Amino acid sequence: MGAESRAVRLYRTMRLIREFEERCLAMSLTGEIVGGIHPYIGQEAVAAGVCAALTQDDVVASTHRGHGHVLAKGADPKRMLAELLGTTDGLNRGRGGSMHAADVGLGVYGANGIVGAGAPIAAGAAWSFQQRGEDRVAVAFFGDGALSQGVVLEAFNLAALWRLPVVFVCENNGYATSLPVGRALAGDPVERAAAFGLAARAVDGMDAEAVADAAAQAVERCRAGGGPAYLECRTYRFHGHHSYEEQVALNYRDDAEVGDWRARDPLRTQSTRVDEATVRAVDAEITTLIDEAVEFARAGRAPEPHEALDHLYADGTTTRPGVMI
Amino acid sequence: MGALAYITALNQALHDEMARDDRVCVFGEDVRIGLTQTTKGLHERFGDGRVVDTPLSEQAFTSLATGAAMAGQRPVVEYQIPSLLYLVFEQIANQAHKFSLMTGGQVEVPVTYLVPGSGSRSGMAGQHSDHPYSLFAHVGIKTVLPATASDAYGLLLSALRDPDPVAVFAPSALMGTVEEVTGELGPVPLGSARIHRAGEDVTVVATGQCVHTALAVAEAMADEVSVEVVDPRTIYPVDWETIRASAEKTGRLVVIDDANRMSGFAGEVLATAAEQFDLVAPPRRVTRPDGAVIPYALVLDQALLPNGDQLTDAIRAVLK
Repeated sequence: MGAESRAVRLYRTMRLIREFEERCLAMSLTGEIVGGIHPYIGQEAVAAGVCAALTQDDVVASTHRGHGHVLAKGADPKRMLAELLGTTDGLNRGRGGSMHAADVGLGVYGANGIVGAGAPIAAGAAWSFQQRGEDRVAVAFFGDGALSQGVVLEAFNLAALWRLPVVFVCENNGYATSLPVGRALAGDPVERAAAFGLAARAVDGMDAEAVADAAAQAVERCRAGGGPAYLECRTYRFHGHHSYEEQVALNYRDDAEVGDWRARDPLRTQSTRVDEATVRAVDAEITTLIDEAVEFARAGRAPEPHEALDHLYADGTTTRPGVMI
Repeated sequence: MGALAYITALNQALHDEMARDDRVCVFGEDVRIGLTQTTKGLHERFGDGRVVDTPLSEQAFTSLATGAAMAGQRPVVEYQIPSLLYLVFEQIANQAHKFSLMTGGQVEVPVTYLVPGSGSRSGMAGQHSDHPYSLFAHVGIKTVLPATASDAYGLLLSALRDPDPVAVFAPSALMGTVEEVTGELGPVPLGSARIHRAGEDVTVVATGQCVHTALAVAEAMADEVSVEVVDPRTIYPVDWETIRASAEKTGRLVVIDDANRMSGFAGEVLATAAEQFDLVAPPRRVTRPDGAVIPYALVLDQALLPNGDQLTDAIRAVLK
């Protein structure tokens, strides 16, 4: 394939996430994906930009809106979709689903169903890289809602104190479920992080190149032993917090507001930086890839009921049955 | 091997395992100076990189251990106060414990949560006196409650070597005790009970410091009844086979457990016995009351803890 430009790679990653998500959203609405999803559509520039700054040895701790991070880190979309369909071919063998998708071999420590929970976990991985003298970085993704979680602020403190190679990436999409950020956060989020001694800055989270540049600086700082960084990516989700919102037609956002953000679609922005033929080729490539993923996932085998507690313990300890007659 | 103090056993297990396996590291408050004595000497021997004094950020350092474990370390987290586990229940029960299943077995989270001084500490009152191991057993976290120094050494060693999260509760009442140990110290497998005293008439399942209460009662009642004392040693997983064999041998069962009655470990033993064991009399339990909050005044504190008189009465009740 040769040396492909970063612009094309960013576009491809975003296109992959977008198409994956659109297909997932449709499959959620038909009930094929049983638990629904937290769509990432609109925020693709963040996952693509940040993960472009990472190697396979670096790790990420993701959020409940994690599909984009997992895919951007390199997870196989076939196995990712299989996971959402709960088959044994899935990344987590059907045990994690949308909110827990993980590919530990690729450094994806998992999407996480508890807001902010990944921040100290990423810091812990970073601590261990530092102790062993390894040139690896950890990234914690979280939303603006997580800035109200104490454990995230505790993690900022520990990371700054110990100069851990961790980048905290806040995806400020303006809403914690339905709560606007202005009604949730006192003070300025960047200043909040800076107060802990993190190298903190905000970046346009709708621009993958801007995110990639900022992330590259933050990651480089970590690798050079400069300590942790905080990157606030100002972004927006085009859809509801969860696919359930589409089903019940919840609407807590102004149409004009959504329209303004949609006009800044990160894919469209990035497509202007890539020649048209390449855009068409990438689009076709991704459509085929996702078609194949759907086919692969649908052909998967559901786990057997008796396997429901497999992997509960790493050493194979088994538990008593819940019903004994 | 001679006299071994309970607290020395915990400390020795940490020294030995940290020397054997350089992935083992310790996080906690005041662990450098070894305030609880459990981590004494570790910092001098193993240094800053492996013995980490943390700020008072229990939630963050608990999950920090999770991340470090996922990245290849084998962390131990020390909590000075048992009730701190309420603060970090999310990080242990909902994060560390669930990763193995949720990832379909992609990752191990070998963290040991060590609570030296669990239970009433005579005058520490409401927020420093709980013994919350049943909560951990309920959610399925491997949970250890050693009653003697050799078990403290052996069970902590097994916890440190286990690929899963393990909570180790060392009862406050036992921290200053000494055991005469014969033979060499070694690991004690999780899920293995210890029969402390053989008997024919009634089985007393006792946990933590209650093992010593049960042994004293058994001795005191020796002229009247032959009591078998069984310590499960791990609250989860439970060595049901040893407990069942003992209970069916004697036909009678009493459980003494220093935790609240409602939904506690003792209740689980009784329920299992009622469903599955062949007994000749209904089993009994001696516990703290439902919903107990330990009051400050010493007489009130002790009034809520299971004691030998209550156990004696319970044994007599199952013998009727």
